[in-house]
Amino acid sequence: MTLALEPIADPSAPLARRNPVAKLAAALLFSLPLISTVDPFAPAVALVLELALLPLFGVRFGVLLRRAAPLLLAAAGVLVAMTLFAADRSGTLYFSLGPFDVTSGVVATAAGLILRIFAVALPGIIVFATTDPTDLADALVQNAKAPARFAIGALAAFRLLPLLGQEWRALTLARRARGVDAGRNPAAKLRLFVSTAFALLVGALRRGVRLAVAMDARGFDSGIPRTYARRQHFTGADTALVVTAVIASATILTLSVLLGFFRPIVG
Amino acid sequence: MSEVRFSGFGWRHAGRRAWAVRGLDLHVRHGERVLLLGPSGAGKSTLLAALAGLLPDDSGEAEGVIEIDGLEPAKARERTGVVFQDPQTQLVMARSGDDVAFGLENRGVPAGEIWPRVSDVLDRVGFPYPINRSTAALSGGEAQRLALAGVLALRPGLLLLDEPTANLDPPGATLIREAVGQAIGPETTMIIVEHRVAEALPLVDRVVVLEPGGGVRADGAPEVIFAAYGDRLAADGVWVPGFSFPAVRATTRPTDHLVRAEHVAVRGRLRPVSIAVGDSEVLAVTGPNGAGKSTLALLLGGLLAPDSGRIEAFGDKRPPHRWRATTLTQRIGSVFQNPEHQFVTGRVADELALGPRRIGRSPAETRRIVDDLLERLRLTKLAGANPYTLSGGEARRLSVATALATAPRLLVLDEPTFGQDRRTWLELITLLAELRDAGHGILAVTHDEAFVRTLADRAIGLGEPDPEPLPRRVRP
Repeated sequence: MTLALEPIADPSAPLARRNPVAKLAAALLFSLPLISTVDPFAPAVALVLELALLPLFGVRFGVLLRRAAPLLLAAAGVLVAMTLFAADRSGTLYFSLGPFDVTSGVVATAAGLILRIFAVALPGIIVFATTDPTDLADALVQNAKAPARFAIGALAAFRLLPLLGQEWRALTLARRARGVDAGRNPAAKLRLFVSTAFALLVGALRRGVRLAVAMDARGFDSGIPRTYARRQHFTGADTALVVTAVIASATILTLSVLLGFFRPIVG
Repeated sequence: MSEVRFSGFGWRHAGRRAWAVRGLDLHVRHGERVLLLGPSGAGKSTLLAALAGLLPDDSGEAEGVIEIDGLEPAKARERTGVVFQDPQTQLVMARSGDDVAFGLENRGVPAGEIWPRVSDVLDRVGFPYPINRSTAALSGGEAQRLALAGVLALRPGLLLLDEPTANLDPPGATLIREAVGQAIGPETTMIIVEHRVAEALPLVDRVVVLEPGGGVRADGAPEVIFAAYGDRLAADGVWVPGFSFPAVRATTRPTDHLVRAEHVAVRGRLRPVSIAVGDSEVLAVTGPNGAGKSTLALLLGGLLAPDSGRIEAFGDKRPPHRWRATTLTQRIGSVFQNPEHQFVTGRVADELALGPRRIGRSPAETRRIVDDLLERLRLTKLAGANPYTLSGGEARRLSVATALATAPRLLVLDEPTFGQDRRTWLELITLLAELRDAGHGILAVTHDEAFVRTLADRAIGLGEPDPEPLPRRVRP
């Protein structure tokens, strides 16, 4: 089990260098308003914009594609669900799968939903691909005034994640050595999986407690105001990034309304 | 520089009937270096936790007084620093330098002073990498050095070391001892708990032996203590320097191979090696970290498939890693380095019954096997206990017992004596010698030279791993 969470972008790219909090805020402020409409136009424009900005973040297209691969699965799920359950089956009939009519209406709704998944998720993927977790925690504490207890605590827990993979392998081998395997029986496989996962959880908790004690012993969260060894600065350029994201999102939605594509998600 | 005073101190963990420590009177003066000894269960670690201010009031019951420079430990936390056993759960940050800076940030040290102090302390402990080295890429000994640096950066008046080398191989342990020796100035008072007495002795000028059940049994200069109490301490399980064991030799000769591996290799972990284990013999596999010893144990234990080469065992046409688990446990028993990885159930007795039940023994037979093993490995009193709550020695005995429950003829053990006190060590040697004489074949991966000297009939050394070029640390 490898966790593909380390930054994988060129750190000197103009937008990758921006303050992590600014990047995160920009991503949220850009993508969340897009949820308000179910038309395919707004997410399509957003997606074009996101892909156009990719070089400024120093993320290569292939890398992004690999990170976004799980989204393809979600997209396939949407396609199947819409074919089976879409209420609106108006428009031209393309073909029928047994009792299910696939019409232009169905295709348009499915396309809208799939575009939305990508348009909303990509900014998040780009932010995490270009941000070091330590920098994010620092910026959250210094610029967003998040409690250090939460941000640094989460960061420390995050460091233990890769160990879970090794632990899982060790637990699996140990079970086999003890005469426990599932063979081809799916019920036994599930039971084995659950018991291994439980052992992993117990181990993780024990380790978490030990880490918390060690952090305590080094004066973490002792009431003394912390100082910052690594400064994170929130500059004019960072503000500009956030403001631009809001303007871009508003513009896309306005265009969608003006051109008559807009279909609010409620009502 | 700090001074420690216990008067009538005692602590009982919540939910326990027995006191972990009781009636302790002790005075540690400025700048002293004290080795704290005592059989397991004498409350050594509890004492250190109490000194570090890490025993919250609601986690147990206290009596008597502890003072550090006249303050109670919770108020003296800024004067104390503590290094624990497991380096993996002491490092907080992803980059080495940030980790040392972590404690300084917590103490509110001005930002401008932090990096010079980080750099200085990393030099003192001999940390060989740049400050942006990933903490995940460090070996155990290096990580523990870094943890030590993180504590020393805070300039504690009182340094507490709780078995800092217990989780490390000998080279890692040496790294830590050197770092402690060179990095701690005369202004620091030090209290260390350590099983490996001979190795800790050069670092201390006073030995205090705790009496299980309460109080101090002996206190004084190391030479005096060991001359007067050496044999009693050794009998209690303390590794007293100068006490060695006569070798235990096999009474019969191997007649046949149980397992034979030819040119087996695993990409990136083990270079091709050929090895065979016979019945009635103990074969030790030694070698530096990274040579693939544990990988070899997994291969011969039927838990891992080789990338190349072949393994043949018990006259079976299929290699061990293709066997069903129930077949495997009746032929080869594996004992892992970390006993906790091996436990599957919530009770010691269930843990022993699991294997026999899986291979279809009747309930009566299972009960007989379980009772017999509990008796043999002195676990009868713990039959109802949760395996995860056992002490290190008990957990090790249980992990060996679980492997024996299905009566395999070949035993594969990974570092069986790791971190054990002298008493458990001796029990293991005796048990393994008995098994050998009963016709079992035993393969043990080990760093423990005394183990090889005392028990092994043959030893095979795996070669050095491919060297990795080490980058030199640059200052920011």
